Amino acid sequence: MSKIVTLNGNMAIAEAIRQINPDVVAAYPITPSTSIVETVAQYVADGLIDSEFVCPESEHSAMSVCIGAAAAGGRVTTATASQGLALMWEMLYIAAGLRLPIVAAIVNRALSAPINIHGDHSDTMGARDSGWIQIYSENAQEAYDNFIQAFRIAEHPDVRTPVMVTFDGFIISHSLETMKIEDDEAVKKFVGEYSPVYPLLDTDNPITVGPIDFTDFYFEHKVNQLEGIENAPKVIEEVGKEFGKRFGREYGFFEEYRMDDAEVAILLMSSAAGTAKETVDELRAQGKKVGLIKLRVFRPFPARKLAETLSRLKAVAVLDRATSPGAEGAPLFVETRSALFDYPERPKIINYVYGLGGRDITPEHFHQVYRKLEKIASTGKVDQYYGYLNLRE
Amino acid sequence: MKDMLEIRWHGRGGQGIVTAAVTLGDILAPEGKYVQAFPEFGAEKRGAPILAFTRISDKPIRLRSQVTNPDIVVVADPSLLGLVDIKAGTNDNAIIIVNTSLEPGFIKEKLNLHPRKVYTLDAYTIATEEFGRPIPNVPLLAALMKATSLLPKEKFKERIEKSLSKKLRPEIVEGNLRTIDRAYKEVKGE
Repeated sequence: MSKIVTLNGNMAIAEAIRQINPDVVAAYPITPSTSIVETVAQYVADGLIDSEFVCPESEHSAMSVCIGAAAAGGRVTTATASQGLALMWEMLYIAAGLRLPIVAAIVNRALSAPINIHGDHSDTMGARDSGWIQIYSENAQEAYDNFIQAFRIAEHPDVRTPVMVTFDGFIISHSLETMKIEDDEAVKKFVGEYSPVYPLLDTDNPITVGPIDFTDFYFEHKVNQLEGIENAPKVIEEVGKEFGKRFGREYGFFEEYRMDDAEVAILLMSSAAGTAKETVDELRAQGKKVGLIKLRVFRPFPARKLAETLSRLKAVAVLDRATSPGAEGAPLFVETRSALFDYPERPKIINYVYGLGGRDITPEHFHQVYRKLEKIASTGKVDQYYGYLNLRE
Repeated sequence: MKDMLEIRWHGRGGQGIVTAAVTLGDILAPEGKYVQAFPEFGAEKRGAPILAFTRISDKPIRLRSQVTNPDIVVVADPSLLGLVDIKAGTNDNAIIIVNTSLEPGFIKEKLNLHPRKVYTLDAYTIATEEFGRPIPNVPLLAALMKATSLLPKEKFKERIEKSLSKKLRPEIVEGNLRTIDRAYKEVKGE
């Protein structure tokens, strides 16, 4: 039986880890992900799970331990944020390159400088080309649900690619909310037993992991590695559907909110989507044809699906909680605009950066964006395609 | 949007107002309420003025911005009065609960809170006398319960006992429960 509980995002992840009972948890505490690591350490100390808990001297080492343990054939998880993820950077590429199905909970937090502990997506956007699958969560419920599904996706024989499940620092990680926790056995059954494909500990079938590979075959092997993430969409879809069947909450690549006859829409990820839905409801009550798309899977990017949905609109605002200095807009915007390029019918598209360093975003800010979109839709003109929301001037 | 009750907690870092905000959510969730409780998205420094928030609704809560128009304001430290704008964003129907030995009428007049309903109680003295430490959370929660009737007193006491027993020694829990009885008696409203 599932039960209704009040948990914050970090405790929801700790609960999922308790239920899944992975072989190895290797993590180094960093705000705002610390309480995940503390709580899991407590579970191990209390004998609630029999995971091997390793707390090495840094996040770089934590990911290295994850890589070693996953290569040995273990089911492995970790949690980190911000500078911690940045310090993992070179090891992230190795985890993906070795096709190790590690699952990481990333509590989104701004990157220094200046030092800031609050939520934005700079950290995971910095890891977007590392080869990891990236799944973003609106709230603690989704973080929990996504984290459970992540093991199935990562470990699927056609995928065998690491997955990071993210949620906004403090706004979700430290916010208590009413949510559903599924039964221990049901979660274990959903995740299933893990059978590694080429475990190092299978000494009867010795293999080499991480050898040198020069101009002769590096290119071919690199392209082969991409197969995992290229196969992921089908698996992400299947797992999301099966999760829905089992637990009543179905997941796809993105959520369409009141999009049926929408003429303008906002596209964004994570916690701000909740606030934006309130604004959509207010505007819909006034008869305005506005909608919202909340992207869940950023890597692999569901370009075609997203473009098909967006192409029938008059105007779209893409909201990014990160910047891409020197680029033609922030990451989600650039990907989305590129995805629309091949569609003869495509909407006007603008980009706002919001919420850096945890800056609050309220319904009023979404009203501001929808007003702008309505103006663009009626005039067909974009005067400025890039801007900042709730920036002090 | 206002089928939701929003509470803003004013306190000082280290006083435990985030715990108070969370506890309020925890004890109302078993009523079938959807709750949300979170600290201000700022820097928490011991002794510095800080905020925490609680939202309570019959429907799932999607809003993730900070509470800017609270229905209830709780002030956990009297030295904050006059230092921070406790009535910011409130409308005339707001309830304001203050930890102070001063009379509610005096606070109302001094801070120009009319026509809002103001409640006061000396939560520091109550807590110090009952369990030896000036931690005002439980008596303030009790004052809030009395002012709002969100839970009947006995049910509120039971839930607080259950919640505190997870972390505190039995004698501290007992002391906190005594502060509830005193707060219900001693809180004054105007």
